[in-house]
Amino acid sequence: MPRPGFVLDVDRSTPPILFHHGEGFRLERLPAGRSRVIYPAEPLEALKNPDQAIRDALANPIGDSEPLSALLKPGMKLTIAFDDISLPLPPMKRPDIRQRVIEAVLDLAAEAGVDDVQLIAALALHRRMTEAELRHAVGDRVYDAFAPHGLLVNHDAEDPDNLLFIGTTEKGEEVEINKRAAESDLIVYVNINLVSMDGGWKSTATGLASYRSLRHHHNVHTMRHSKSFMDRHASELHSANWRMGKVLRDAGVKVFQIETTMNNNVFGTEGPMSVLQKREWEWSLGDRLSFLGMKGALDKMPARTRRSIFQGWQAPHAMTSVQAGEVEAVHEVTTANVYAQHLVPVEGQTDILTMGLPYIGPYNVNSILNPILVACLGLGYFFNLYRGKPPVREGGVLIMSHPTPWEFHPVHHPSYIDFFEQVLAETTDPVRIEAEFEKSFAEDEWYRHLYRTSYAYHGVHPFYMWYWCAHALQHLGQVIIVGGDVRAVRRLGFKPASTLQDALEMASDVVGRDATITHLHNPPILMADVS
Amino acid sequence: MKALRFERNVPRFAAATIAGRLASGAGAKVGPLRLRSIDPPELPGPGWVEILPRLSGICGSDLSTIDGHSSRYFEPIVSFPFVPGHEVVADLTDAAAATLPADAAVPAGRVVVEPVLGCVTRGISPVCTACARGDLGGCEHIAFGAIEPGLQTGFCCDTGGGWSTRMVAHTSQLHPVPADWSDEAAVIVEPTACAVHGALAADVQPGELVVVLGSGALGLLTIAALRRYGRDCTILAVAKHPHQRSLAKALGADTVVEPGEVARAVRRATGTMAIGDGDIVRLAGGADHVIDCVGNEASLDQALRVVRPKGRITMVGMPGHVHVDLTGLWQREITLAGAYAYGTETLPSGERRRTFDLAFELVAAADLGRLVSATYPLSRYTDAIDHAANAGARGAVRIAFDLRNEKERNRA
Repeated sequence: MPRPGFVLDVDRSTPPILFHHGEGFRLERLPAGRSRVIYPAEPLEALKNPDQAIRDALANPIGDSEPLSALLKPGMKLTIAFDDISLPLPPMKRPDIRQRVIEAVLDLAAEAGVDDVQLIAALALHRRMTEAELRHAVGDRVYDAFAPHGLLVNHDAEDPDNLLFIGTTEKGEEVEINKRAAESDLIVYVNINLVSMDGGWKSTATGLASYRSLRHHHNVHTMRHSKSFMDRHASELHSANWRMGKVLRDAGVKVFQIETTMNNNVFGTEGPMSVLQKREWEWSLGDRLSFLGMKGALDKMPARTRRSIFQGWQAPHAMTSVQAGEVEAVHEVTTANVYAQHLVPVEGQTDILTMGLPYIGPYNVNSILNPILVACLGLGYFFNLYRGKPPVREGGVLIMSHPTPWEFHPVHHPSYIDFFEQVLAETTDPVRIEAEFEKSFAEDEWYRHLYRTSYAYHGVHPFYMWYWCAHALQHLGQVIIVGGDVRAVRRLGFKPASTLQDALEMASDVVGRDATITHLHNPPILMADVS
Repeated sequence: MKALRFERNVPRFAAATIAGRLASGAGAKVGPLRLRSIDPPELPGPGWVEILPRLSGICGSDLSTIDGHSSRYFEPIVSFPFVPGHEVVADLTDAAAATLPADAAVPAGRVVVEPVLGCVTRGISPVCTACARGDLGGCEHIAFGAIEPGLQTGFCCDTGGGWSTRMVAHTSQLHPVPADWSDEAAVIVEPTACAVHGALAADVQPGELVVVLGSGALGLLTIAALRRYGRDCTILAVAKHPHQRSLAKALGADTVVEPGEVARAVRRATGTMAIGDGDIVRLAGGADHVIDCVGNEASLDQALRVVRPKGRITMVGMPGHVHVDLTGLWQREITLAGAYAYGTETLPSGERRRTFDLAFELVAAADLGRLVSATYPLSRYTDAIDHAANAGARGAVRIAFDLRNEKERNRA
């Protein structure tokens, strides 16, 4: 029976706490008597027979839906859409969940005599997936059967010939999605629900959408009213997607949703990385030696080598549930299953929130976690990993640990470079940024060209990363990055600190000398359920 | 009198060249520039008058000369030994003013020197076609006439220069300074005139994008000139240091970027395509104009990279020997033009005005006296040169010599 997550009150006997620090780590002592650490639950039990569980889910749908086999007819047009490279994190060991699910769906389609099938990587405005990445996600058998015939494609949110305007929500939000998907008799959407934000109507209404459609919920107003976007019922981001889902449903777009959850077994139970998943006071002598050896070796390596090692890591996380059928009913069950792994009860807020940011986020798989993505990972994702209220009070201080190098992947993130050099040099105010700069980046022909023909995130994507931070930026009194490139940290509008002790000292100017501290011990992923 | 004098001394020149390569401004310690006690220059002829410098700026061309970087191009159009200093505000004493004939009268008081030594100053009549047009900077007779060769005061052995307590000037070179002006404002008039000329020479059309490379004094003044006298254009300034960024903004730049960010910024501003997979190998289009206020190999190379086909590069900063690939200039039919000194300008309205008059107006309107960051006495000339050579890094813009308290100046 895996142990649940819990909150440790730090006292004098508490050992130094692990902080992720990009492609490295820090061990930090938190002040005794006023600090607490939120630990994630141990990985939930994996499904014993995931393939059978998938077949069962397809045969026994949830909500107002027939079994998948009953929806598949000869002569029909079937589109299978699946989550892109941003999920899961880190990429999982083969076989990927998507491969298992897609193979099961294709088996049923073949049995039903469906021969018009297309697979689409639902990447919205993310970069296109490479052949290797697609092979990893869907498996070689599926790739070789479909890709050479142009039947396994990356969604193109800028292809005017393959987008279809569906309608508008009651709030005037335009719904425009992939034409092939919209005109199919059935969309089967294959999800990996790493966190509670994923899935539901967000899959189709976002993953297959165009910029015209996405801009209605990927904006500052929406993000500031999503508290948090990990809690669907308090998330304006999700409300907008649900409204769009209704438009899709009313227009006759039929979606059979398959959602899967996974445990948080990120670093495994064996090998040098396994120590990262253990609680510090339970580290054995072997664990300590292993950690020190790993840290020492990493510290001596060139950054490029470190990045290569970490980006090559494939997590052993395993499927814990699969449910299929009608979108909303499926998502309710999925969310409960995600929460079972992630939620940790936490009482009240503190003055300071600390977190160690790891090497990876949703948008730098096989890439570089550039400064904008650092900000987004901390203030967007980690800060929003709460239900109820943030674990840090309004006006409090967020202290993040990450090297934050002034470094970008030019192929993946070309518009990020310009956003960082030009927009953030001008202002860090999300509202001003949105008003003054978004349109020109979104409509820039070069970014559009690179998004469509190379492996670049869409020109507007760095704006979304900054909007992702908008709720945290509004809530917090100060943001400090420990151990970051000073110029890059300042460009982000944050304060640089050399050590955690310096950062706590700086924070005392904002929240006082006896400030209380919460450390989010993440990853593996946890979500604070703050009462 | 006390003067900094640049002498023809080959070993010292060689030493300056080596030292200048090691550290900007280091040529002052070992080179041909020496602090001397010399005789004041004699009046070369009628219309000339003695003036007493108050402030005299140190400009990029001075630094280039001191560090031995100047091109040998200048050899026939300067005369040794010379006292540098062509950015000058000086006193015209009552006694000196009284020596002038009535038809060349200049009121006593503070004056700014317009240093180009054209036909009139050289007593040449009729004047050359350039001088006749009012294009003083293009004078064809800078090596002829009543005084020794010298393209400007400060490079001519007969006139002296501002880095001394006494010099001579032709009355046609003198511009009275308004009584309420500071000396700092007055001494910035000459470089401002260069900037005005450069900005207008670029012939910017409404709506065009102008990149100003360099935000030292000349770059900042060019930005101010473009904003005041140019047509409505977008100015993208390139600045290395924080104070330069804020001054560039304050003086009218729409966008300010760091040197490594120029190509991306131009691409963004123009919306042009670029060759390269996220990194920019080459811009498809580019800026309509680049005004190079640095004048070295790197800046010219950068200018060529960011200007559009059929665009124009105007070199305001003084270049020397540079090694650049001009294939792009040929293939993209880029115009590369120089902009030296000043004379008479044609404004977008068609009106013809003397550059110095426009510069006076601009200095007042944009409060450009604030660009003078520090002054030094002649005795600390190595410190002054070092400060000027590293002005950007040290948070400064223009450094000047302060002659107002020199004993020798006040003794006579």
